[in-house]
Amino acid sequence: MKRYSKTHEWISLEGDVAVVGISDHAQDHLGDVVYVDLPEPGKKVKKGDVFCSIESVKAASDIFSPVSGEIIEVNGELDSAPETINSDAEGTGWIAKIKVSDPSEADALMDSEAYRKHCEEEG
Amino acid sequence: MPEYPFLPQTEGEIQEMLRTIGVDSVSDLFKDIPDKFEVDLAIPESEDEFSVLRDLKELSQRNTSLNELSVFRGGGIYKHFIPSAVQRIGCRGEFLTAYTPYQPEVSQGTLQMLFEFQTMICELTGMEVANSSMYDGASACAEAALMAVRINGKSRVIISESLHPEYISTVKSYCFGGNIEVELVKFDRETGQIDCGDLESKLSENVSALIVGYPNFLGVIEDLEAIRSIIGEKVLLITAANPIALGLLQAPGNLGADIVVGEGQSLGNPPSFGGPGFGFFASKEEHIRKMPGRIIGQTKDKEGRTGYVMVLQTREQHIRRSKATSNICSNQAFNVLLASIYMSLIGPKGLKDIARRCYDKAHYLANRIEKMDKLRPVFTGPFFNEFVVEFDGDLSMINSRLLEEQILGPLDLGKFREDMQNYGLICTTEANRNEEVEFFAGRLEEIE
Repeated sequence: MKRYSKTHEWISLEGDVAVVGISDHAQDHLGDVVYVDLPEPGKKVKKGDVFCSIESVKAASDIFSPVSGEIIEVNGELDSAPETINSDAEGTGWIAKIKVSDPSEADALMDSEAYRKHCEEEG
Repeated sequence: MPEYPFLPQTEGEIQEMLRTIGVDSVSDLFKDIPDKFEVDLAIPESEDEFSVLRDLKELSQRNTSLNELSVFRGGGIYKHFIPSAVQRIGCRGEFLTAYTPYQPEVSQGTLQMLFEFQTMICELTGMEVANSSMYDGASACAEAALMAVRINGKSRVIISESLHPEYISTVKSYCFGGNIEVELVKFDRETGQIDCGDLESKLSENVSALIVGYPNFLGVIEDLEAIRSIIGEKVLLITAANPIALGLLQAPGNLGADIVVGEGQSLGNPPSFGGPGFGFFASKEEHIRKMPGRIIGQTKDKEGRTGYVMVLQTREQHIRRSKATSNICSNQAFNVLLASIYMSLIGPKGLKDIARRCYDKAHYLANRIEKMDKLRPVFTGPFFNEFVVEFDGDLSMINSRLLEEQILGPLDLGKFREDMQNYGLICTTEANRNEEVEFFAGRLEEIE
């Protein structure tokens, strides 16, 4: 099941590996994505760390890790096709896989219903 | 307050403005500045234009114009011949007044010029991408060091000791705040090229890049391919090149350089007082997002016409703020304009001819000097248009005497290095006529 952060990232936890990306709502606000500055696999991140940045025609935005752990894989497809984030942010547009060190951190994230409300409140 | 024709406000208008904002006098506007900062600037009373011009002329006559001297001094800034058309075209108002625009796409002419400049720098250096210039050669070199660290995340930069000493000092300043270690690599006392053994001993896991001059500060041409094979593929190779020399030498990009920078003054800009010039900066395309500075791209508008835009601005300060790739958010547009006009006028063949003349005159002079008793060429490595000579006498005295005969003699390397007392760096360019070179050689032979 997908869970969302207040800063508009999503994770999908399978065992102790979290697939991480940005939400469909976030890609819609960014506009056309032109470049994704992917992290190096092997990098250790803490919850809330900037682990990636995404450039769109409007801005460059930092992406925060919703969980702590080690990056074990990145979506290399985004190098040549960054627009995948626009077409399928919550599927093939995933950014990285993180081996989480504390699975309970995921519990603090929102489910899709709570996230929908969060986006509405943000306006 | 006296009235000046170039200040448009009348006394009445000034009073009205003061009344509107509720202060009594202009000096009241500055009363928040603490008294202790109030100093007498000793600025003289105003004078009429006629007197000011006379004073300025008197001041300017205390200078010596390089145009009246035979110049045999280089060391980073060079006197080359500049065709009159360079200044004439460069000073057209459309070009002269156009600063790096903040709504850049309005200024298509400026962008096109910068795009052409980048293209020419790529061709000259053998690299894939270039930016639209940096402040000068030294800061371009320092920015290259920071870029290397951004690319591979390592924390140590090694520099050949034979790089221009002022470049070394600038790189150290830039690296200081970024916690980047800087270490120097010795040069070979016989050839003047980098000491390969010392280079090998300085390599380690955390070395990000090596910086070498091409030619180096001692005038000697480094063997870039040999250097590349010593440092391997993991260490980035940065070369600081003389752009005129590239008319004759193999482009660093074809010999394994990852980043090529340099001082561009030689291209159509006068030596002035050692500046302003500009730095050029070129790289492999794979690193473009780590490259500092402004980059111009060519595109098409919706009707299919060619147009120019500022690209990859998301790397820059006005968008990325503290996470920008670099704090340079400008360029040396006018100096670059002069260089672009110069390069367009002389073309690739012209540049090659000019470089050949620089080379030939220096080698002729070096041959003459080799036969002299009191002077000895110091290094055996190949050189372009500069070479180091050891003098028997006091070089600063010799230079004073040469100056009396309208000759600007060799750069005194003793000012830069303790171990190079009375070593002079001699330079020739195409702007030294053959008779001048002959006369200079004669004077070197005779002067005590």
